[in-house]
Amino acid sequence: MVKENVLDKNTTLALEKSNQLSFKQRLSKAKKRIMRHWQLYIILLIPVVLVAIFSYGPMYGLQIAFKDYIPSYGIEGSKWVGFKHFINFINSHQFSRLIGNTITISLYSLIAGFPIPIILALALNECTSTKFKKAVQMITYAPHFISTVVMVGIILLILSPSSGIINQFIQLFGGKPIDFMAKPEWFKSIYVWSGVWQGMGYSSIIYIAALAGIDPTLHEAAIVDGASRWQRIWHVNIPGILPTVTILLIMNFGSIMSVGYEKILLMQNSLNMAKSDVISTFVYRMGLESAQYSFSAAVGLFNAVINFILLAIVNMVAKKLGETSLW
Amino acid sequence: MKKTKGSKINETRQDKVFNAINTVILWLVLILVAYPLIYVLSASFSNPQAVSSGKVWLWPVDFTLRGYEVVFQHPDIVRGFFNAIYITVLGTVIQVIITIMAAYPLSRKTLYGKGVITLFFTFTMFFGGGLIPTFILINNLGLYNTYWALILPGAVGVYNVIVARTFFQTTIPEDLFEAGQLDGCSDFRFLMSVVLPLSKPIIAVLVMFYAVGHWNSYFGPMIYLADKQLYPLQIVLRNILVQNQFDSQMMMDVASMEQQKGLAELIKYAVIVISSLPMLILYPFIQKHFVKGVMIGAIKG
Repeated sequence: MVKENVLDKNTTLALEKSNQLSFKQRLSKAKKRIMRHWQLYIILLIPVVLVAIFSYGPMYGLQIAFKDYIPSYGIEGSKWVGFKHFINFINSHQFSRLIGNTITISLYSLIAGFPIPIILALALNECTSTKFKKAVQMITYAPHFISTVVMVGIILLILSPSSGIINQFIQLFGGKPIDFMAKPEWFKSIYVWSGVWQGMGYSSIIYIAALAGIDPTLHEAAIVDGASRWQRIWHVNIPGILPTVTILLIMNFGSIMSVGYEKILLMQNSLNMAKSDVISTFVYRMGLESAQYSFSAAVGLFNAVINFILLAIVNMVAKKLGETSLW
Repeated sequence: MKKTKGSKINETRQDKVFNAINTVILWLVLILVAYPLIYVLSASFSNPQAVSSGKVWLWPVDFTLRGYEVVFQHPDIVRGFFNAIYITVLGTVIQVIITIMAAYPLSRKTLYGKGVITLFFTFTMFFGGGLIPTFILINNLGLYNTYWALILPGAVGVYNVIVARTFFQTTIPEDLFEAGQLDGCSDFRFLMSVVLPLSKPIIAVLVMFYAVGHWNSYFGPMIYLADKQLYPLQIVLRNILVQNQFDSQMMMDVASMEQQKGLAELIKYAVIVISSLPMLILYPFIQKHFVKGVMIGAIKG
């Protein structure tokens, strides 16, 4: 993509120099190019309009973060209040708790969830039986397709203090049943490890693809040099997938402040709130349950801006490190 | 790793140990992932008393279909199931069409202003208005409590547009466009009679991505649908599984509280199986498409 653009620019630059096109001539040329493919623009029209309404429309609506939005006055009719809601949020007693929970949950997810798919892919790659390999892939991808509601339903059933299988095991070995969902200290582990269980197979696909792309002559050369299987993983496979690993790791760091609300909302209860409340669930609760539209829009915007900045920084780092970058 | 097969003869002892360890690791992963699935399936066919007293640990105990009977008689679940099918089919068809309408023009090198339009789309991947402004917009447009609120906002899945665009760029050679143009083929016609027939794999990928997304989503329906008649399956599931709401009149014939509680658990297991059934049936067919989709998406990264 990027290369093409550069080429395009180069050729147009060269053309400009040689032909000394005036602005007018260029305009008419652009017109001609548009007219020749007018049908393509017609095709593009519906998607562009949809994105303009449903993606850029809410961005216009973001101004309510700086207003006291009252539905009957409309977005334009509500009074401007500047940064009031942002200041209120930063000064609120929930602020540190929300930021803390958001960061620890995503860091925990990253530390637990990032290496496991890589290890799984490396192990699958070494598997000598194709049938067994296929079976493992098939089974481990499957949980990805389970809906969040069903996933949380399974968690609640398995961890139930009265009838859940985990507590029956605990009792079998003489322990006392634990009401996992009522204990805030368990929340993050349950959230993260159920996520690992659900996602590890699917996340490994990309590494398996990267491993398949490694030049086989490298392995042949290593075999000739007497490298063991372990040494080949260490010196051929891991360096081979390192670019993929790096870009995914960087992308993960870029989204460290965004924890989704879908699963947490379902797992949340008044007993584990201290550890389960994150920015996105707070936005949902304040906005849609308590109808504090402006305040929660401000919290959401605060979060979105941080995410955007993080992503930009992370992308810059990626560019410095190598050729891989998001844009 | 085809070469390892050929070199079996000169496997050293070290390699044998390595293979054994590797196989053990993979078996562990397999059991760890499969066990909860098997357990839920078995529990859904077992006597609830056996489940809550820990007798069920792998296979069903005191086989029963009671849970499924109740589930199939429950009007909310049945209606939710058909609502979900309706939303999934309608939403997927619309989204696939619109995604292709966005991706195809952007795949053409000769499109003037391609960079700007691509940026217009991709910017929304990194920044958005967020939950509340979107909710207000949907309300103001009068889409609240309609299925359009679930379909239109996500109609242009930008990530999928990029996947589809990459596919068009890599599989449809530029020569073909030129040949078509020489023969006086319009862009519309070219899309309909050349590009689409060549794009079955990507269409399958898109259908799968969108269909799974619709079938599994609960958040959109939860905030945008007020009318119980419109609820898709996942909302009904949420009420049963997470919020423990279940019509007790369905269990009128059960005498004691103990038994009612047991049956409520049984119903939960059964409903999990039922709701995952369409995916389980489709899964073997869609699996390879998903893998393909991830890989096409990765080319860009």
